[in-house]
Parts: sequence; C-alpha cells; structure tokens
Amino acid sequence: MPELTLVEAVNLALARAMADDADVVVLGEDVGVNGGVFRATAGLQRRFGPERVVDTPLAELLISGLCVGMAAQGLKPVGEIQFMGFLYPCIDQLVNHASRLRHRTQGRLTCPMVLRTPYGAGIRAPEHHSESTEVMLAHIPGLRVVVPSSPERAYGLLLAAIRDPDPVVFLEPTRIYRAVKGEVEDDGEALPLDVAFVLREGRDVTLIAWGAMLKETLAAADALADEGIAAEVIDLATLKPYDEETILASVAKTGRCVVVHEAARTAGFGAEIAALIAERGLLSLLAPVARVTGYDTIVPLPRLEQHYLPSVDRVMAAARKVVGFG
Amino acid sequence: MDDTPGSGQDFPVIARFEVRRRSYLAPDGAPLRALPSFASDLDLLLALYRGMVLTRTFDLKAVALQRTGRLGTYAVSLGQEAVSIGVASAMREADVLLPSYRDNAALLWRGVKMEEILLYWGGDERGNCSSGPPHDFPFCVPVGSQAPHAAGVAYAFRLRKEPRVAVCLFGDGATSKGDVWEAMNFAGVWKLPLVFVANNNQWAISVPLKLQTASATLAQKAIAAGFAGEQVDGNDVLAVRAAAEEAIAAARAGGGPRLIEAVTYRLGDHTTADDAARYRPPEEVQARWKEEPITRLRSYLVSRKAWGKSQEEQLAAECQERVEAAVERYLATGPRAPQTMFDHLYAELPAVYA
Repeated sequence: MPELTLVEAVNLALARAMADDADVVVLGEDVGVNGGVFRATAGLQRRFGPERVVDTPLAELLISGLCVGMAAQGLKPVGEIQFMGFLYPCIDQLVNHASRLRHRTQGRLTCPMVLRTPYGAGIRAPEHHSESTEVMLAHIPGLRVVVPSSPERAYGLLLAAIRDPDPVVFLEPTRIYRAVKGEVEDDGEALPLDVAFVLREGRDVTLIAWGAMLKETLAAADALADEGIAAEVIDLATLKPYDEETILASVAKTGRCVVVHEAARTAGFGAEIAALIAERGLLSLLAPVARVTGYDTIVPLPRLEQHYLPSVDRVMAAARKVVGFG
Repeated sequence: MDDTPGSGQDFPVIARFEVRRRSYLAPDGAPLRALPSFASDLDLLLALYRGMVLTRTFDLKAVALQRTGRLGTYAVSLGQEAVSIGVASAMREADVLLPSYRDNAALLWRGVKMEEILLYWGGDERGNCSSGPPHDFPFCVPVGSQAPHAAGVAYAFRLRKEPRVAVCLFGDGATSKGDVWEAMNFAGVWKLPLVFVANNNQWAISVPLKLQTASATLAQKAIAAGFAGEQVDGNDVLAVRAAAEEAIAAARAGGGPRLIEAVTYRLGDHTTADDAARYRPPEEVQARWKEEPITRLRSYLVSRKAWGKSQEEQLAAECQERVEAAVERYLATGPRAPQTMFDHLYAELPAVYA
C-alpha cells in the first residue's frame, strides 16, 4: 500500500468521491488551478474540470452559502475554507441554515454538504492561522464535526462525510498535514462517523484527544509505558455527535482520564467530556478527570506558540498525577 | 459639475452605465405607454388581481389572529402584494423560489396553502413542509442570507444544464449586507440563471432608505457585479411581471443574472411586534396609500370594463370564505408530541441521542 501524508489522503478521498459520484463538487479559494494553498485539491481541476472544481471569489460566507444552495438541489458540495481563522463569516450559514434546513422543512429540503478547513497551531503561520475553535462548531445541533488524526482516517472519514446526508464540518489538523505518513488503500471504504477509535489499549489511564494532539498523546503513551503506566488512547474523531459509550467503557476499565486538546481550556470540548464522565461514570473514577489544554489566552504568534501547545511532558505529567492520585 | 476623479484631464472614460425605470400604469390605473403583450390576456390580469386580493385578505386576517393571541409574530405584506405576485407569476413550477419572510404572496401563488403559512408563523415547523413546489426554499428570516443559497441553486442548474431559474427575493435592507453582494458577484462571474429581486419598500424596520445607502438606485448595484439592473414601479403589477418575465427568460436562455429593484412602500408595520408610528409620520403613509397596487390594477380593469362592483363583492366574499376555512384548518391542527423536536434533526437520529 502506498504511504501517504494526511493532506495526500484528503486529496485521494476527494478524487475518489468525485470519480464515484458526479454530484460531488469541490469549491473554494484557490482550489482549482492552484490546487489549494495546502495542495489538498491538487490535480482535481485538471481531472474533473473547472465546473466541478470551482475557484470561487474571495468570500467565505459565499462558499458556505453556495454549499447550502447546491446541497438543497441534491449536489454534494465540498467547500474549502483556507484556514479556520477565516471560517467565522460562515457561522451564520452553518447555524441558521446548513444545520437546520432539514429540521425547519421537516425533511423536505436537506443539506448534504461538507465544509473542510485546516486548523490548529504549530506551523509557524501568521496571525489568525492557528486557532482551534472546534467547540464553537460542536455546539451547533444538526451539524457533524469530524477531525481526522491520521492519513487512513482522513481518507475514510472524509469519504464518510461526503456521503453523509447531513452537513459535516471537516477539520484538518494543519500541524500533521505532512508530519505523519501512513498506508492508505484507495478502496473507497469509508470509516464510520460518530464513532471514536481506540488507538492503543491500556488498563491504567484513558487519554482522549483528537486531531494533531494525538501525536503528543501517543508519544506520551509510549513514554508512560516505559514507566510502567499502560495508557489507553482514544481518538474522538467525531466531536458532534460524539461517542459517549467508548469513553465510558474505557473509563470504567481504567478509572482515570486525561483529556488533551490544544484549544483554550474554558468551555473547551474537554469540559464536555469531563461532564459526561461526572454524570455517567463517576463511580468508576479513581481520580479526578484532568485536562491538558491550550491556555485561556490568544494563541501567540509563532515565537511563542510552542509554549502554548500542550507538550508530551504536560500530557505525561497529567497522566502520572491521575495515576498517582489518592 | 463633473466631480469624477480625473475629470478635466485627458483620461479616457472606461465605464458608463444607465438604469431605467419601468412602469405601465399610473397610480390611477391609466396606461402610461403600450402595455406588455401578456396584458392582452385578461384571464391572467384577473388572476393577478385575485392573487393580490387574496393575499391582502389573508394578511389582514393573520394580523387579527396575532392580535387575539392565536398566531405568533407575523410580517404583513400590505401594499407590496404586486412585487411577490408579479414575480411569482412569471416563474415556472420547476424554477426555485428563495423568498424573504415577507413574500407570503409568492408562496400562495406557488401553491403553498394558507394554513401552512399560518402553521409556520403559529410556531410549527410543519408549515414549511408545504404544498408548494418541493424544491422551493422556506421563508428566510436572517435578512439576505438566502442570496448565497440562490447562487448555489442556480449553480446546480448550470452544472446540470437544466433550463431552470432561481428567483431570490429580499428587501432594501438586505442590499446592505455582504451576503447579497457576495451572491450577486458570484452570479455575475458564472452567468448564473438567477434573478434577484430587491423589494424596496423604503423602510428596514425603522431605518429609511437614505440611511441604508447613498446609491441613487438599488438596481445599479448589479452593474458592479457585471450584469444589468432595472428599477420598476413595484406597485404596478404589470411592470413587475413584465420585468420578471424578461429577466427569467433571459436567465433561462443563458443570458445570466439580473437584478430587479421593485420600488414600493411598506404600508404596514414591519411585523406585528412593531409600531411604525414611532418612527414615521402618518401623513407619509397616507400619501402612499394613493399608490398602492390593488386599487391601481382594479381601476385599470374597470376602465377596460373587465371588472365591476358585483365581481368585487363576489371576490371579497370568496376570499373571506377561503381564508376563514384555512384558519379553521390551522386552528384545528394540534401541536405535535414533544419528542418530535428530534425528528429531522439528522437523516437518522445518531445512536447517542436515541
């Protein structure tokens, strides 16, 4: 099997979806001739033409609104927003239209669209290019929020998102676009949405992460093993709606949980997971749930961003603390 | 005096534009010029008239229902019936309507039932699962945010080479939003089969047009997007219908988008939650009543001896009866079970919510 980077796996899934289904349309800024600023759509316009791989005007609200209109007509648009920092004009379309078109028409009109965007810090990018505001999106009923953490899952989850009959925001972790490689079979097989993946089994502590933070989390699990701590690692993968049962089953086994995310701490998705465990898994807990997160500050510009991002050491320290609790 | 930058020097003029204003009937119903060809079809004119009268009857009843606690907030289209009716009457069933919240008349024309509109404004999503064309969009509440949808719909038609047109209605306030500009700009680039209709009723709640824009017309906003804009007398249903017919035919034939600015006046409050007397003088409203569209078309029909007192009385009774029957059906529709709020959240309810 070929070894692909995560961004190459995204490209492969887009090509596969477009080849399989004439209703799939890719649109966004620079996605055509240029192949996308990260090359996620490279080669697609040459293969599928400028009407199915659309270079849009520089207007993010428009991209998301076009997706809603196209989807209501039965197309399967895949819009690209160049960076998550430019996604906010789309919030109106996501909250007021994409997520509720099916509901407000009681199924008469539907919205099978995908909005892809790279997100997260750690690539020494300019201001506004490094935030992780996934929890804003995960708060919207009717939407799906999906985050791959490996080339294999990028391929399978993106295919699933495109085939899904409802709107999906697909967040691609910029930091591991090219930093991880993996074998990807172009077999057209989708992975399930709404399901978390147990990447590593362990009995002592459950580590939960998504996107680029799996890199540090898996490294921490390796190093903890050397210390005799067997960490179970869960890739949440779909943040909305998320897989409560896999989390609860793991915590029932380990009794300890550390949630890792690079987004700011307050009202981050880690708070949701901690609340779930408090509500439904309290009696299996042997220690308080810990969160290792970005700080409650603006993501700093590149000179300081490595100090903002949760490190392997911080994940390990939190794991040791909960394992050693009491 | 020419205050164009660079005027008075030897620079070439590289762009000029003009905007025309279309009207056929004077406020008293007298023809101002040769009427459009469809005006020879008396049945059609009578249908337009009946549509406007039915809409007004329905609107007034809806306000009465709201005032007596039997309907939620409602946006009345009093005085603007010609815009929605004129546009909708020029569309085909397969075309897609993307209405604003004030386009009750267009929805009724396209087959949405009165009880369905009441059900929606009465607080029940089932009202949007309506009997009109299944591909039409429901009322859009966030102002102007349906314009990008219209561009997406029209893009789908273009991609599939379907001879269909998207028709997007919005108010003068919406033309201040980026949504409308972004959609017009894209429609111009791709020559989409899309007709934009700006219902210029002079007021965005309490903000008058002069605080909305310094542009001499709304129609000229199309020029910057690379296509034609036209202003029409929005109280003259013949003008609205003729402009819409031409624009829709051009769009269907691959001629790209157009913008129609229909100049009318909001005779009513913004909604039942508004009191317009707080921000505009009653004399202004009184003066505008002399221009409203229903009397205008009736005067013309009477002058053609196609309408008279007995027909008017019969139509009024018939509209009352139809509206009352629809209200009864609406009021007889009970609320759904609470758990149905999860119906249609997703195609299938995710296991975690089940």
